[in-house]
Amino acid sequence: MNAPAAENVIEVRNLRNQFGAQVVHDHLDLDVRRGEIMGVVGGSGSGKSVLLRSIIGLNRPAAGSVKLLGVEMTTASDAQRAQIEQRCGVLFQNGALFSSLSVADNVMVPMREHFRMPAALMQRFADLKIALAGLPTNAGAKYPSELSGGMVKRAALARAIALDPDILFLDEPTAGLDPIGAAAFDQLILTLRESLGLTVFLITHDLDTLYTICDRVAVLSQKRVLVCDTLDKVERYDDPWVQEYFQGPRGRSAECAAHKAQSAHAIAPGGA
Amino acid sequence: MQAAATAQLERNGNGVAASGDWTLAAAPRIAALIAQLRASLPAQARVDARGIGRLDTAGARLLLDLAGDDRIDGLDANRRALLDAVAKVDLAPEPAPPRDNSLVALLARTGAAVEQIGRDALQLVGFIGLVLATLARCVPDPRRWRPTSLAFHLEQTGLDAVPIVVLLNFLVGAVVAFLGATVLKDFGATIYTVELIGYSFLREFGVLLTAILIAGRSGSAFTAQIGSMKSREEIDAIRTLGLDPVEVLVMPRLLALLIAMPLLTVLAMLAGIVGGGVVAALSMDISPTLFVTRLHDLGATKHFWVGISKAPLFAFLIACIGCLEGFKVSGSAESVGTHTTSSVVQSIFVAILVDALAAIFYMEINV
Repeated sequence: MNAPAAENVIEVRNLRNQFGAQVVHDHLDLDVRRGEIMGVVGGSGSGKSVLLRSIIGLNRPAAGSVKLLGVEMTTASDAQRAQIEQRCGVLFQNGALFSSLSVADNVMVPMREHFRMPAALMQRFADLKIALAGLPTNAGAKYPSELSGGMVKRAALARAIALDPDILFLDEPTAGLDPIGAAAFDQLILTLRESLGLTVFLITHDLDTLYTICDRVAVLSQKRVLVCDTLDKVERYDDPWVQEYFQGPRGRSAECAAHKAQSAHAIAPGGA
Repeated sequence: MQAAATAQLERNGNGVAASGDWTLAAAPRIAALIAQLRASLPAQARVDARGIGRLDTAGARLLLDLAGDDRIDGLDANRRALLDAVAKVDLAPEPAPPRDNSLVALLARTGAAVEQIGRDALQLVGFIGLVLATLARCVPDPRRWRPTSLAFHLEQTGLDAVPIVVLLNFLVGAVVAFLGATVLKDFGATIYTVELIGYSFLREFGVLLTAILIAGRSGSAFTAQIGSMKSREEIDAIRTLGLDPVEVLVMPRLLALLIAMPLLTVLAMLAGIVGGGVVAALSMDISPTLFVTRLHDLGATKHFWVGISKAPLFAFLIACIGCLEGFKVSGSAESVGTHTTSSVVQSIFVAILVDALAAIFYMEINV
């Protein structure tokens, strides 16, 4: 396989998803470029999670094509799919940590299954991922039921980046976190993107997350991607739902906060 | 993806030169190379990383094993950032807690298990008391009977269990008849098969087999239902709404089982006797008329009452254990599984234990 010539690591074309008579997506197109953080927003029930599940292959679309890292996933052989899946990390909404395994064992599952490696070395890499995800070292020995909501998300993130994926899929990563935890998580994603060169596909309801870390935003509405562009262009898009979403009281205050943070950053550029 | 280049590490004057792909897949090989080289490397040796093809966090970690962050040359800005990120967070590995495999640990665990059994028994007795008190409060007040819930559980635990209870008892009845025929033939007493079937099914098998089936079928369902509600905080929600979880959740299930179990037991006894009767008629030439006549002579009614008297008791115990185990669930889905298993094991154990005690009791009072 050659390096994908196109800049797009995710290419969705004409995607159609339906459950019985209910059509969730119709003629949906979406491109995600290498190295960017793409935020996906949409009302409840607009099919954000279904889109994510279709892209990572958990949900077989009724029609259309999904290309991941240059490979057409709907027609790929099992071996090809497995290879691509290894290069994707997924953070599910509720973490989806294996409850019978400790956090370190959770992180080691993909390493153990895909590579032959001495246990001590694997433990070191697991500790590294756990630390990269911003958890204290002693968290590795804990079980998911002993963790708080924010720690579960971080542990799940540690598992998602266990194999150094090219693409990271995040399903509402900051939902249920307090504002401080959510802001820290946003920064963590930003840091990981910078240092590991990740492409991030991010579903969120959190306007602060959109304003602080997303390079581009895709709005899911009317069964397709209504608009997909940088935030300031999306904000100005002429659609009642988009206008209400970004110009509502919450949207405006998040925008305000983001501008404030940016100007503070401009005054003291040595901060980061 | 380019073809994978094998990771290499070569001496280069005072330092080392790294090349190839430094990724997770190659990690064991790289770790071995580093272990070989490190002893002979001067303390301030520099690493030339120009030749490295692909580099991920695992590779970065291993590079840092070789030399400090500031002694690695030939990295572009992206890789420098990766290396910095890894160097910044990596902490000294925590020593694994020592494992205690001594005899003392074995004794301690045995002791803890025994203590747990005692605590469980005490908890069960306490819960039974609580249920009885709630029952006494609810039964006189028809507004608290929750007919919808009761009907639902009657269908689930009673009606839906009929096929399996009847089939199983029919088969066991046939097997007992065959056993009886084989053993009694040597004495020329095959006719006593009728007594064997009647006696065993009316007094013991009918009710005991039903209890075991219901423990596996409904006791486990009670635990799983209440347990998953507990893990989703629904029980807490019931409390905060000013309702009593025992009244809302346990009473309908208990009453349903108290009604269903005797009815199922009657069916079980009939099915067992019919199963035995069919075998008797087909392979021993004991006509159904003769079979029924002999059953009457046996004093079947008395034995029927002995058997059926145990049904409500078993029903009560199975419902209490099933519901209590459900309330004991904590947090995870795994806990629901553990407690469901425990619920079935306990209910079957208690049913057989109580049955044995009842057998002794009825023998002593000559019924």
